[in-house]
Amino acid sequence: MSVTTVLDPTNEARPAEWSRRERPASIEGRVIGLLDISKPRGNIFLDRLQTRLEERGATVERYAKPTFTKPAPVDLRHEISTKCDLVIEALAD
Amino acid sequence: MAATTRPDLPNGIVAIVKHDCPTCVLVEPVLAALADDQQFTVYVQDDPAFPASIPGRIHDEDLAVSWHHDIETVPTLLRVENGVETARTVGWHRASWAKLTERSDLGADLPEMRPGCGSLSVDPDRHAELLVRFGGSVLHSRRIELAALEDVSEAMFDRGWTDGLPVVPPTEARVLQMLEGTTRAPDDVVAVVPPDLAECTVEKVAVNAVMAGCRPEYLPVVLTALEAVCNDTFNMHGVLATTMPVGPVLVVNGPIRRRIGMNSGKNVLGQGNRANLTIGRAVQLVVRNVGGGRPGDVDRSTHGNPGKLSFCFAEDEEASPWEPLCTEFGFAAGTDTVTAFAGEGPKVITDQLARDPEELCRSYAAALAGMHHPKLVLGFEAFLVVGPDHARLFAEAGWSKAQTVERIVELTTRPGRELVRGAGGIAEGLPESFADAEIPKFRPGGLKLVHAGGGAGLFAMMIGGWVAGSMGSDQVCRQVTS
Repeated sequence: MSVTTVLDPTNEARPAEWSRRERPASIEGRVIGLLDISKPRGNIFLDRLQTRLEERGATVERYAKPTFTKPAPVDLRHEISTKCDLVIEALAD
Repeated sequence: MAATTRPDLPNGIVAIVKHDCPTCVLVEPVLAALADDQQFTVYVQDDPAFPASIPGRIHDEDLAVSWHHDIETVPTLLRVENGVETARTVGWHRASWAKLTERSDLGADLPEMRPGCGSLSVDPDRHAELLVRFGGSVLHSRRIELAALEDVSEAMFDRGWTDGLPVVPPTEARVLQMLEGTTRAPDDVVAVVPPDLAECTVEKVAVNAVMAGCRPEYLPVVLTALEAVCNDTFNMHGVLATTMPVGPVLVVNGPIRRRIGMNSGKNVLGQGNRANLTIGRAVQLVVRNVGGGRPGDVDRSTHGNPGKLSFCFAEDEEASPWEPLCTEFGFAAGTDTVTAFAGEGPKVITDQLARDPEELCRSYAAALAGMHHPKLVLGFEAFLVVGPDHARLFAEAGWSKAQTVERIVELTTRPGRELVRGAGGIAEGLPESFADAEIPKFRPGGLKLVHAGGGAGLFAMMIGGWVAGSMGSDQVCRQVTS
């Protein structure tokens, strides 16, 4: 038997491993983006989350995808990444 | 090291021969005569001692000269001026040799002509090896070495490259042979594949097509199918991510169906035909491997369906009473096309007693009305695959496709009062505001008829769709190009 060389069928973009970002020590004073993917009733969950985060001193920015069936538009992703320190994406189903 | 670039030819007359060719042996005296008074070079493919009468012969051992200069026959005689080929003749033909060499005295005792033999550079047994030797540099995919003690099939399962079934190892030779199925360049970008939104080249499609089991001639259909699904209209991202049990359903029209041996007849939606199954599978493998779309990750389907392995078939245009599917998307009948529809698994509609189109439409309507849910209307589309025995009833009565669709849609139209939430004791349904309207099951264009299936059996198959429209998926039809 000999070595078989095959071609990688993937997009080769995936690094061997991901490193987690360090968790913030506190969310006080941080801007947290809440991205609603626009599934029904996701807003109810996010409303509650917003209340809890604001109680702990965070500023909350709300965003929503136009439709849950498609990826978030580039402009929306850019806006969230420039305005927010942290982001929570909510899926309800 | 084999020459991966085209070697230059010396100026003057150049002959490419092999000892194993009787015509090459026959013309040896002619070669010797040319060597006497011309700038003359002989390349021999097989035996470095042949022709013995030409001391300066060059052994084209790795076949680089023959490959890169497209030598298909030996002997081939070339005239080269300033490094550029200006004339070529193949086999032995006295007049052609005389014209090319400007010598009229050659081979006077030889027959007028003798055909040559196949060049070793086009020997089918060597083709894959030579493709890798000279063409491998066009491939940019990362090479992955599977060790001698690894089981190749198991190694590919372990890497997560398969859909749960074994795949063919995508070696350089196989991928290069696959690429011969298209004229498109390997680095040409075919589509941006969700969910990772990764640019996918022709080469990556070829790699996955090899794994799926495709033959090279299927590749243009696979490329077109990917173009059809990876766009905002078809919305492959949503089709993949949805909890509903749908995947791309691909219908192929045009002469290419027959050319590549697709099935449009018996068991058309089932197993047994390599083209049908591997084309659909290749598309799904690209979504999995290049797009990164895997069940349990972005693919959130609650149940899925077996068609998510592969769901591709051809329309039986020849025996159809109707114009082919592609004409509904603006393509002329006879055009090679792929139509993509986000669909669930097929379900049979049995009616063995209907003897006229009206009766049959009533059966179709009754079955189609229940698709997804009897009280959910307008939001879903359907493909109805009508078998030849049912189609004959429409043909005999002269019902056009448009007339048939119109009648089925009429028969599925119901009072909103029956469809609103709570009606019939069923919570599912439309908002109360629809109560006073008459509502059809399908929006215009939402029901398509396709003719396919075996020659015996009074059946049609319905394939329900996913959310229709800009919030979901619209049908897309694309022309196949080579």
